[in-house]
Amino acid sequence: MEPCEFPDIEQQLAPIFERHGRESSRLLQILLDVQEAFHFIPPEAVTCIAGHLGLPRVSVEGAAGFYSFLSLKPAGEYRILFSDNVTDQMLGNPELMQYFCNKLWLEPGKVSEDNLVSADRTSCTGMCDQGPAALVNGWPLTNLDQDRLDLIAELIRSKEPISRWPPILFEVKDNIRRADVLLGDALEPGVAIKAALERGADATLREMETSGLRGRGGAGFSTARKWSGCRASPGLAHYIVCNADEGEPGTFKDRVLLNSYADLVFEGMTIGAKVMGSAKGFLYLRGEYRYLLERLESILARRRATGLLGRDILGVTGFDFDIEVHLGAGAYICGEESALIESLEGKRGRPRNRPPFPAAHGYFHQPTVVNNVETFACAARIAAQGGKWFAAMGTRQSSGSKILSISGDCARPGIYEYPFGVSVKEILDDCGGEDVYAVQIGGPSGILISWKEFGRCISFEDLPTAGAFTIFKRGRDILQVVRNYAHFFAHESCGFCTPCRVGTQLQKKIVDKMANGNGTSSNLEELKHLGHIMRTMSHCGLGHTAANPVLDMLDKFPGAYEKKLKNLAFEPAFDLDSALETARKISGRDDPWAHLP
Amino acid sequence: MGASPMNKTITIDGKTVPFVDGQTIMDAAMAFGIYIPHLCHNPEFEPHGSCKLCVVSVNGRNMTSCTMPAVEDMVVANDTPELNDDRKALVQMLFVEGNHICPACEASGNCQLQAAAYYLNMLSPHFTHFYPQRKVDASHPDIFLDLNRCILCELCVRASREVDGKNVFGISGRGIDTHLVVNSASGRLGDTNFAATDKAAHVCPTGAILIKRQGYKIPIGQRTFDRKKISEVQMELIEQIKPEPDDG
Repeated sequence: MEPCEFPDIEQQLAPIFERHGRESSRLLQILLDVQEAFHFIPPEAVTCIAGHLGLPRVSVEGAAGFYSFLSLKPAGEYRILFSDNVTDQMLGNPELMQYFCNKLWLEPGKVSEDNLVSADRTSCTGMCDQGPAALVNGWPLTNLDQDRLDLIAELIRSKEPISRWPPILFEVKDNIRRADVLLGDALEPGVAIKAALERGADATLREMETSGLRGRGGAGFSTARKWSGCRASPGLAHYIVCNADEGEPGTFKDRVLLNSYADLVFEGMTIGAKVMGSAKGFLYLRGEYRYLLERLESILARRRATGLLGRDILGVTGFDFDIEVHLGAGAYICGEESALIESLEGKRGRPRNRPPFPAAHGYFHQPTVVNNVETFACAARIAAQGGKWFAAMGTRQSSGSKILSISGDCARPGIYEYPFGVSVKEILDDCGGEDVYAVQIGGPSGILISWKEFGRCISFEDLPTAGAFTIFKRGRDILQVVRNYAHFFAHESCGFCTPCRVGTQLQKKIVDKMANGNGTSSNLEELKHLGHIMRTMSHCGLGHTAANPVLDMLDKFPGAYEKKLKNLAFEPAFDLDSALETARKISGRDDPWAHLP
Repeated sequence: MGASPMNKTITIDGKTVPFVDGQTIMDAAMAFGIYIPHLCHNPEFEPHGSCKLCVVSVNGRNMTSCTMPAVEDMVVANDTPELNDDRKALVQMLFVEGNHICPACEASGNCQLQAAAYYLNMLSPHFTHFYPQRKVDASHPDIFLDLNRCILCELCVRASREVDGKNVFGISGRGIDTHLVVNSASGRLGDTNFAATDKAAHVCPTGAILIKRQGYKIPIGQRTFDRKKISEVQMELIEQIKPEPDDG
């Protein structure tokens, strides 16, 4: 690749710098703007940004190299990233990507010679109920098929700006199929805040406690305990962070909450601000949902104009709170709360060592609460309708409702809200899942259950989930599903700790070997060994859960791999014939004599 | 800082180990004379916690001893066959992830990765080698940078930042593509202000950072880990940098 030269970089970056100022926490947002303007981050820009923010150059290069949506090499004026979630795969995305590449003479992952276009894969874009999906320069494309790709290829060839592409390509539907307390009757903006103000901060916190609300991101930590921990921690400022980095493949309920219930979410954050005495909140929006940014900004502006945000909220002197939207840039790990905070500070999304915990030492070492989007929506409802009302729903240890993102093999994929305690069977009946063989609950980091377990219930006691509910009918190759998940974890490992960085790669290679029909019984033992190392030695939840799908398959779906195993104790990982592939490519040969017998 | 009496204790492998607030499990163990294997940890720098060799079991839960503060009455298991097996697997992972060809490496005998492998009875790399393509940078007049041997412990990053005040090194990429970068637009070490006298030039646990024209001055067989185990050498390091006890 010829190095591009940007002698006027300083001038070109001036408007971006103007917008963001000189705080180092703006680094990631600056990099995103540079990516949008130049379609990559030129080396000259790295140096220039470092100078502007007073950071070492390595810090800027380090951040730019961490996030998938930032590219340190030219990636084309049009960068198409096909969603690689298992549901997109089942809907034919790999074939569609190949079709698209053939059409534009592209090699996946490489930019065209004229620097116009590149195509590659990306982790789940959160459009599983309307896939196959992709992103073009960060904007979501849904319901892809060959006709749409023909049109897209034509638009790219004629260099049509994306803003002038037909809107139908970017249509994103909510697909709400079942509503309960959160998605039911809309709450008038301000009602919940008013109720919290009338009750006072202490009593509001008590309502949260009474409600039994637990974090909706999957881990299920008590929200009231998190809030009181943060509230009791001394600091220069307290921060409220809404985790909208919905990266778990198969999860897309936060997308719908933010699209159609953003007021409820912001309301919950504002109530949190009242309880914890916070003046500043952030919404960390995953890069894949960048298309929601303007809409969210306008809702925030409306709330400011109507006295629900900003200074003296609802006329209460000294109740000042505002919310800033911060964009992510393609990194699953930033859903981990301490990695999210690092990313908010503009850095690489690397999970921190804990303790200290964010409630005491979070954003710039100040007390910080990080809650899921849905958790804040629940908090607003609780403030408005009371803790008892909320606790009356669900099960003993899981009060309230849960929003599920249902996709895969069913007639009606979309958003379903149920009181906790609903059985898998009931859900399958509602969404039209027939002849179902397996369900992945809570995404790859969750649990893969078989048809024998459909009596189990969605709850923290039994099947905890952040919301993903991915259905596989009889006949689906579970080994391929698990392979997809193994690739996902290998791609998303942050690379900090040895067991996860190397373990996810080793796991991926062995699952590939098995899927290619070269697996042996010794590989099964090796997968269990790797699973043990990752679970017990890793730095954070990603590594701890990265072996879940593999171990669940070994445990529950022997049929998925046994017939593919070679009847040998050992088979070398090195395949001589496939090693000749490069030579065949160079020589343009694929005849029988170019292969080993 | 006044001396606080060491009346708080934890238990490590059945031994009662005193500590003062602020000490990590690793600090307390090493000060007491208990060795916990480690590669990315060096008591001279801010703890990092990435290699995970120092993971111990605390009241039945695994924790990273170099970053976990000691808390009264913790019951720690360290030198157990299970943990040492897992540690061996981590060292094997580090071996196959990079290109570590001991017989052809100048650091052989001085290398902590190699020494940790011996200490943990690693007899083979076990896992499939990755054979990654990595850069060798000889652009600096006095120092080689061979990324084939880098294990991402970030000791050079920390030393350059904390001691040298230079930020010569940083980390970029993600996952298996995580790699060391240097602070110059060209990406070459020769274009940075790195000096052979920098602390960062002398903290690499492997042979990724080597001073030029020093090769094989000490013959194989007479090197650090030819004479002593890694446990002995790392315990001595603690002794050397231990602050004078303050009896006031």
